[in-house]
Amino acid sequence: MTTNPQTPDLARVRPTRIAESRGYRVFQVINTTALVLIVSLTLYPFVNLVAKAFSSEGAIVAGQVNVFPRGFNTTTFTAVMSDPMFWLNYRNTVVYTVVATLIAMALTTTFAYALSRRYLKGRTFFIGIAVFTMFFNGGLIPNYLLINSLGFKNTIWAIVLPNAISIFNLLIMKSFFENFPADLEEAAAIDGLTTYGIFGRIVLPLSKAVIATMVLFYAVSFWNNWFQAFLYMDRSDLYPVTVYLRNLLAAATSTESLGADSAQIASNVQAVTMVLTVLPIVCVYPFIQRYFVSGVMLGSVKG
Amino acid sequence: MTTVAPPEPTQVVPPAQTLKSRRRRGRTTWRRALRRDWRLYTFLVLPVLFLGLFKYVPMAGNIIAFRRFRPGGSIFGDEWVGLHYVEMFIQDPTFWRVFTNTLIIGGLTLAIVFPLPILLALMLNEVRTRLFKRFVQTMTYLPHFMSIVIVAGMVLQLTSLNGSINQLIEALGGEQISFMQDPDWFRTIYVGSEIWQTVGWGTILYLAALTTIDDQLYEAARIDGANRWRQTWHITLTGIRPTMMVLLILNIGQFMAVGFEKILLLYNPLLYPTADVIATYLYRVGIGSGSYSYSTAIGLFEALIGVTLVLSANALSRRISGSSLW
Repeated sequence: MTTNPQTPDLARVRPTRIAESRGYRVFQVINTTALVLIVSLTLYPFVNLVAKAFSSEGAIVAGQVNVFPRGFNTTTFTAVMSDPMFWLNYRNTVVYTVVATLIAMALTTTFAYALSRRYLKGRTFFIGIAVFTMFFNGGLIPNYLLINSLGFKNTIWAIVLPNAISIFNLLIMKSFFENFPADLEEAAAIDGLTTYGIFGRIVLPLSKAVIATMVLFYAVSFWNNWFQAFLYMDRSDLYPVTVYLRNLLAAATSTESLGADSAQIASNVQAVTMVLTVLPIVCVYPFIQRYFVSGVMLGSVKG
Repeated sequence: MTTVAPPEPTQVVPPAQTLKSRRRRGRTTWRRALRRDWRLYTFLVLPVLFLGLFKYVPMAGNIIAFRRFRPGGSIFGDEWVGLHYVEMFIQDPTFWRVFTNTLIIGGLTLAIVFPLPILLALMLNEVRTRLFKRFVQTMTYLPHFMSIVIVAGMVLQLTSLNGSINQLIEALGGEQISFMQDPDWFRTIYVGSEIWQTVGWGTILYLAALTTIDDQLYEAARIDGANRWRQTWHITLTGIRPTMMVLLILNIGQFMAVGFEKILLLYNPLLYPTADVIATYLYRVGIGSGSYSYSTAIGLFEALIGVTLVLSANALSRRISGSSLW
């Protein structure tokens, strides 16, 4: 592709919009079109899901549902929502998410704060034992045996404790605290505050932004989690909604792979359950998305 | 943690003072440190207990790969059996099948899914309208926030006999394909869904790296007669190379740990020939049939390959490009 061989002097003085070559304009059009296509492909599965959730089962089986619902109805919503087990599992998800996030935040903020103090003796050692777990971990079976021998099976602890510290989040918080203005803490110390006082009354209130980001990180990951519950819960009244959904899908796929026809679990029941499960995330997503981005940036720029 | 460790922020302190404070810090004994900072050390108690119990005890628990485990007995096993379980999986034909599958799926993911975020970031970088750029970013990040169960559900819906993909095939005059009963299609479906879920989010760090490239470099290149492609090649790609290296190392570390949860949710016995990987086999043997020692041996083997890969990739990257994770 060709470009302007010699940038005119005028443009160099005022480099706002230089006259672009034809080749570059063609490129811009292709690029924009490609991006629009990528966005459409990304969104299509969601659109399709919503369309199926509002369609009649007959239309889905006949293969008529793509972008728009066919045979519009909301009866499946009523049906899924009147299943007491669905609501129980939904409530479990909320409880697990809230408790797990609280525990995770308590451990992560205190740990990150202590690790961010450069004068702390043994600091490198404590950072080392935390970071090492990112590269090597116990593996499925030893973890499973541990949780079972602790008697956590069929309790909330199996879900909220083993994942309480994400090392990635820990490092983000640590680098945030490291950049905290030291003068402020010194002044507080001179005014007679202890470490606890400084942490609770100075540092935490001034770290609301990063704390909010971390809460979101943890809450989304706990909301989405299914495997812990799948492994350690035998009773359906303890499942989170993700496991409820996975059982629905598993029942459907096993019938389909065995060649059974429409006796399978109705596709629109699956679609409705999925829509209801992602609904909270999709609703808050536009508001929280930029915090996530800044959180990741923070972690990446200041390793 | 995902990029090159930046230099510690250098404080503007006269050299003498730095030296003095360093000497002073070197003299601090544990007794003094504990007396001075004991409140700070109390912050460490619970997190360190957490790491010890939930991270390091399972690490030590890997020892049952070499010891016989009895139900109800110690989680560290009861008696030594040497390499018995290692020999067992080396002689197990299913192990070699899942090993090959792991390598293929891991290799495909690395070769296809790793470069795409770079391409998307370059495309986004050329967008002039800020609003449009933000829109594309927001929309392509979305799948990253979905539970893997939801992703699996969507994949199953789209690939089902009456799903959208089959409708498209039929509209183009093709025949229905029963994707979820045909092992030949599994890798395509897996990699495709992986692209869908990770590509947008993967651009974040590259876009961040792109903003740090100095505009003057482009100007200088233009004066030297470089066209846009050459500018992209020599300046843009060179500028984000450290980020690329670090993410590549991390990806290589994940090579063996191919999307275990996703495969577990997607596959069925008909798909085992291509979909069964070490982690899923380990899950079935271990949790399913209760052969704890045997599956721990497999898991340990897998983890060791992973660690070796990260270490060698890191060393190699440091030697070749000078950027590394540590």
